[in-house]
Amino acid sequence: MLGKLTWSAVPFDQPIIMITSGVIALVLFAILALVTVKGWWPYLWREWITSVDHKRIGVMYVLLALVMLVRGFADAIMMRSQLALAAGGAQGYLPPEHYDQIFSAHGTIMIFFVAMPIVIGLMNFAVPLQLGIRDVAFPVLNNVSFWLTAAGVLLVNLSLFVGEFARTGWLGYPPLSEIAYSPGVGVDYYLWSLQISGLGTLLSGINLTTTILKLRARGMGYMRMPVFCWTALASNLLIVAAFPVLTATFAMLLLDRYCGFHFFTNDAGGNPMMYINLIWIWGHPEVYILILPAFGVFSEVVATFAGKPLFGYRSMVMATMVICVLSFVVWLHHFFTMGAGANVNAFFGMMTMIIAVPTGVKVFNWLFTLYGGRIRFTVPVYWTLGFMVTFVIGGMTGVLMAIPPADFVLHNSLFLIAHFHNTAIGGVLFGAMAGYTYWFPKAFGFKLDERLGKAVFWCWFIGFYLAFMPLYVLGLLGATRRMQHYPDAHWQPLMLVALAGAVLILCGIGLTVVQLVHSIRTREQRRDRTGDPWNGRTLEWSIPSPPPAWNFAQLPRIESNDAYWAMKQGAHGVEPPAAHSHAPLHLPPSNPTGVLLAFFSVVLGFALIWHIWWMAIIGLLGAVAVGLVQAWRPDHEVVIPADQIAAFYGRQAAEEIAA
Amino acid sequence: MSVVDPTASTPGFVPLSRRGPAPIQAVVGYGFWLFLLSDIIIFAALFATYAVLSGETNGGPPGATLFDKTHVFIETACLLLSSVTCGFASLAVQRRDKVFAYLWMVATFILGALFLHLEWSEFAVMVASGNAPSRSAFLSAFFTLVGTHGLHVTIGLTALAVMLLQIETLGFSQKVRGRFYCFSLFWHALDIVWIGVFTIVYLGAR
Repeated sequence: MLGKLTWSAVPFDQPIIMITSGVIALVLFAILALVTVKGWWPYLWREWITSVDHKRIGVMYVLLALVMLVRGFADAIMMRSQLALAAGGAQGYLPPEHYDQIFSAHGTIMIFFVAMPIVIGLMNFAVPLQLGIRDVAFPVLNNVSFWLTAAGVLLVNLSLFVGEFARTGWLGYPPLSEIAYSPGVGVDYYLWSLQISGLGTLLSGINLTTTILKLRARGMGYMRMPVFCWTALASNLLIVAAFPVLTATFAMLLLDRYCGFHFFTNDAGGNPMMYINLIWIWGHPEVYILILPAFGVFSEVVATFAGKPLFGYRSMVMATMVICVLSFVVWLHHFFTMGAGANVNAFFGMMTMIIAVPTGVKVFNWLFTLYGGRIRFTVPVYWTLGFMVTFVIGGMTGVLMAIPPADFVLHNSLFLIAHFHNTAIGGVLFGAMAGYTYWFPKAFGFKLDERLGKAVFWCWFIGFYLAFMPLYVLGLLGATRRMQHYPDAHWQPLMLVALAGAVLILCGIGLTVVQLVHSIRTREQRRDRTGDPWNGRTLEWSIPSPPPAWNFAQLPRIESNDAYWAMKQGAHGVEPPAAHSHAPLHLPPSNPTGVLLAFFSVVLGFALIWHIWWMAIIGLLGAVAVGLVQAWRPDHEVVIPADQIAAFYGRQAAEEIAA
Repeated sequence: MSVVDPTASTPGFVPLSRRGPAPIQAVVGYGFWLFLLSDIIIFAALFATYAVLSGETNGGPPGATLFDKTHVFIETACLLLSSVTCGFASLAVQRRDKVFAYLWMVATFILGALFLHLEWSEFAVMVASGNAPSRSAFLSAFFTLVGTHGLHVTIGLTALAVMLLQIETLGFSQKVRGRFYCFSLFWHALDIVWIGVFTIVYLGAR
């Protein structure tokens, strides 16, 4: 009746998991109770859950990512404290089978459910505003994408309480991840949650690519797009080209596990190394999917706060697109030790060094943009400067490992761990935090607290160096990744320094929450009435904060790049939308398809993980039914009458004058 | 080398990229094209896998002795013919000619179903003779590549049935015609993939 699911799936004997589960259940219950008691459900359902507004969906993505950051970081600090203890003969407090699940969950969550949603959220929020349009190409699909991502998140978190998570590392290499060596449900949780959220990511990539290529305000030729839109374009093209490979690869592993196929098994002619090739054909573009939008944020931030146009706009665009293409010909550097031969390794080593060149071009462009500018040292600028220092170090250790003989020494060591955290934290996370601080006033109409923001930055910045510089040393000393304990007690002092760094980062995450709560409580003092709190250059700053549902009453006409800056410098200045003479606007109505599809996807995924076949059929049929209902949903649009639009702008003008 | 667009120098000329948001039909078609490209990348991964594993028969018979080329030829003819009928259906939908649209859609459905039936019977014979996908890596790759195409055809047939109902209930509205356009793109794309399967898997069998 319930397949493999029995009471023994719940780990009652493990106090760490049970206490965590209890706390999470309590918090969830408290939130749900609060929402119910306050009667917020209708509002949440109408304005957020079923919203097809790209700004709302962007905010939900970022919120989801921040919540999952806490989960992923909890795993991180458990790993660091385990390794601080388990020196010499000591075993620490995490047994190997639990420790293996923790590092697998940490990697999976941080990449798929923190970095991806935060980057997609920022693109969702900012790209249509920068392009001067009202929404993305497919607003309902956008909502579906978000909820499929959320469905994946739910499944991953369920694995904490019901069953187990994969013990295979974040990419689930076979033959370890095959049914013969991982007979439990852990790998299935991993595979199904990523299949579901991966579909959401793919749809989001198609959506944003179409938006950028087909929907731009009049006059916005390709070479007039803000650089963030260019990097978003490159990132989404990579999503469209790379995520299907992930889907196909996981599908093959699932067939191996569920139907006894022999793609990646040791016997019957299967080839595990093929999985490793395939997964990295997705995996290397994936790192650029994450970092390119971050580069875009930094480009916006340096131009805005240096008060200068971006240095070398064309070279920036070229560098972005070169990275986009080259990212597909470097994948093998993740496994030089496979034994593909000297010539193959040499080719991929050289390509890896070459792909560092456009990134170097970008760093120089940012430096030359700052050079001679009147730099305002705001929080986004702190993150950007911190990024430039940190990312260059991470990039150089990457080029070091691009030399195959050096990689043979460093492969799977803590040196590698230090390298990719150096780029992932120093690049993606710093970029995400810069973007979060930069666009927050646009999304909510008030700025985040600057002092606390700087405190958050310093915690992350110093914490990062404390946590990861020791790992470079430890890696050179021979410490490998994914080890649960180590015999050499001399490593312990460095492990303790790394733990101190992790604790400092914990302070940074805590202060982010404090900053958010404090800023919300004091929002009246920090209101932005102008819509342009940073003296910005691109179109999102030309409209009120928070923007109305329709973004632009009249779609703007663009004459140059840095469109809004040019308008501000122009002879006429910027004319605010008049409080009269508006045409009524048509907007798509909110739509429950996404959340219903996600519901049935979770049912389907859970049923497949536990081999509950009748429930899987229900999940599948439910999802199909939701699709059919959507196909026949009458397409009436919400009409916003002219006087309501006029009243909105009248109110805005009055507030601006009062301020 | 200089290529000068003669219209570009005329006064008041606006380059295509600066003419503002594209009309909704163009946007929908473009998005669907991107989806098809992503779908074809799934097949690319499966083709690559098949290429790597096609020799790994684990002591079992190789493709050349397993495949019945006449059978596959008839199968191929059905699918290619269904693309022709699908094209005629598209023309009828454009003309808003209900009778011919239905006629050609039903013809497409029958040919597609025939294709699926032939594929299924091929699979059944292979499994019955002990050559199931779990027999070897070669057979795993074969069944997955060809089966994924078959799964797409099944989804296509379902979509075709839904399109028929949509035309019946909603008429030839702009939205429905746009959806039929997307369906026809999907159906033709499956043909292109099948040509790859036919060439690499069946004709290339050793």
